[in-house]
Amino acid sequence: MDFATILQILDSTLRLAAPLLLACLAGLFSERSGIFDIGLEGKMLASAFFSAAVAAVTGSVWLGLLAGTAASLVLALIHGLASITFRGNQLISGVAINFLASGLTAFIGQSWFGLGGQTPALSGDGRFARLELPFAETLSGVPVIGPVYAELISGHTLLVYIAVLAVPATWWVLFRTRFGLRLRAVGENPAAVDTAGVSVTGQRYWAVMICGLLCGLAGAYLATGMAAGFVRDMTAGKGYIALAALIFSKWRPWYALWACLLFGLLEAIGIRYQNIDVAGIGTIPVQFMQALPYILTVVILAGFVGRAIPPRAGGQPYVKER
Amino acid sequence: MTFMKTCLGAMAALAMGAVGAVAEPALIFDLGGKFDKSFNEAAFNGAKRWGDETGESYREIELQSEAQREQALRRFADGGSNPIVMTGFAFASAVENVAPDFPDTKFVIIDMVVDQPNVRSVVFAEHQGSYLVGKMAAMASESGTVGFIGGMDIPLIRKFACGFVQGVKSVTPDATVIQNMTGTTPAAWNDPVKGAELTRAQVSQGADVVYHAAGGTGVGVLQAAADEGILGIGVDSNQNYLHPGSVLTSMLKRVDVAVYNAFAAGPDVETGIHVLDLSNDGVGVAVDEHNQALVSDEMMAAVEDAKAKIISGDVAVHDYMSNNECPVK
Repeated sequence: MDFATILQILDSTLRLAAPLLLACLAGLFSERSGIFDIGLEGKMLASAFFSAAVAAVTGSVWLGLLAGTAASLVLALIHGLASITFRGNQLISGVAINFLASGLTAFIGQSWFGLGGQTPALSGDGRFARLELPFAETLSGVPVIGPVYAELISGHTLLVYIAVLAVPATWWVLFRTRFGLRLRAVGENPAAVDTAGVSVTGQRYWAVMICGLLCGLAGAYLATGMAAGFVRDMTAGKGYIALAALIFSKWRPWYALWACLLFGLLEAIGIRYQNIDVAGIGTIPVQFMQALPYILTVVILAGFVGRAIPPRAGGQPYVKER
Repeated sequence: MTFMKTCLGAMAALAMGAVGAVAEPALIFDLGGKFDKSFNEAAFNGAKRWGDETGESYREIELQSEAQREQALRRFADGGSNPIVMTGFAFASAVENVAPDFPDTKFVIIDMVVDQPNVRSVVFAEHQGSYLVGKMAAMASESGTVGFIGGMDIPLIRKFACGFVQGVKSVTPDATVIQNMTGTTPAAWNDPVKGAELTRAQVSQGADVVYHAAGGTGVGVLQAAADEGILGIGVDSNQNYLHPGSVLTSMLKRVDVAVYNAFAAGPDVETGIHVLDLSNDGVGVAVDEHNQALVSDEMMAAVEDAKAKIISGDVAVHDYMSNNECPVK
């Protein structure tokens, strides 16, 4: 394997990890505040559909992004209503959102475009173009650094950079601001936050809405950045892999980056080499690579490699008085 | 109110359908969906043509899950539809179960052989068509590396791949053909994001012509090919129009003809195995205004020559499904 091949695989890794990362950080905000969110997949799917549909109709990817994020926020609000205001079961609400999104997108897509739940193919301004960072051309002659900068770092769509920048931003918000402290406290011990005179409900709604926003970006990236249009159930389980990455990263932003990059790398290798020959072991089938994220997560959950401890108040609706 | 009307209308239509069920033909689409721009869409076009020409109606359903195969077959058979056409090899076991229960109903399965007295099995010589587009790919390629992206990893798709490789090697014996399959579940027919990513991986390995046999996934393949400035090759339906100037050609598999013929024959459709190949234009390559500029006279001459030789038997293209092996890689 030469240097160019490694670069191409890492390049592909970054592309594939971006939606996972956005969804993973979305889940991180929500779960840190004590609201479990199985519905990442559904929110991404809704955003993917509405961003592609609006971009196809208006020809503007920005309006598409806006519409996709709005759709995701609406679903996040529904999840918030069910699990914060009405104190319903968070897992059931999340599963319901996944079903709702899967059915609704195909149904609305069919009645709007009559293409069997797909949107028309996007082109031109209907998609996120790849950004060439400054000096990519001039630097590409420099050994090692040049190709890394030109191939790996430059030439992605805007949302990929947003996804990566969202990691330090999340870390800063959660661990360096008053808002973040309260958000984490709400997920650990809501009664204490309540005693301090801070609204638990308000904090949790904020967290759920941030989750909706990030899922919206992830979905829009899938439909208007990676692909060129929406296809039924196009998220293909990415929301669940993001959840696995969240557990794998023990609910921490920087670990989330590495977990998503690792899962992205596994996928990129699986795409590049369908069957890998490893000396001494034999051939590793591609299915094993695809299952590896889940296997790793189970290993982590079983407590073999450090322990993953979820936020203590996760999954429980907060009841002020009995 | 409008919803109510729709419901009432649907019920009325159903009721009328039950009364006037004079052998209305039915068509069942596989999981790729009716508008996959490929295999199922070709079937739909055949049915539509029949409907437009005769002015008669037909029934259709798009499957949402594996579990619906047998249900849908039984529902249509119960409802008096005849013949019932299903698109896709995956119906084999379902029709195997259902056909004996409805001896008076004719079933038509495309892409698979089912040995029942009331089943017509339509199979295509995809290896021949793929051989022709392989020849064109090799002539269009400047790097000497071309790619193939299949949908679900099944012998039928290997048949496409094997024919393609043989075609490529007949022009450039030392050419490299990179082969990828999208997955091993039916979801592999509908994953354009992965299709695009596979294409980019092949491009980075030097491929400058990529042929797909992947249903809806292929939409992503052709999109990525156009984005990367290389040539894609469509499959099943004529996909040249999707990205004019970036789709070299399409390997036509006349699923529409198969559906049309079955519908036109009605309940008297002949059963048994029915092969559509180059000699009866069941497969072929698509040349139209969208790809004319890409196809040179030399290419066309080579294709016509190969076609004539395959029909006459001078050139034998190996069929992967005959022994589940491909002589070339």
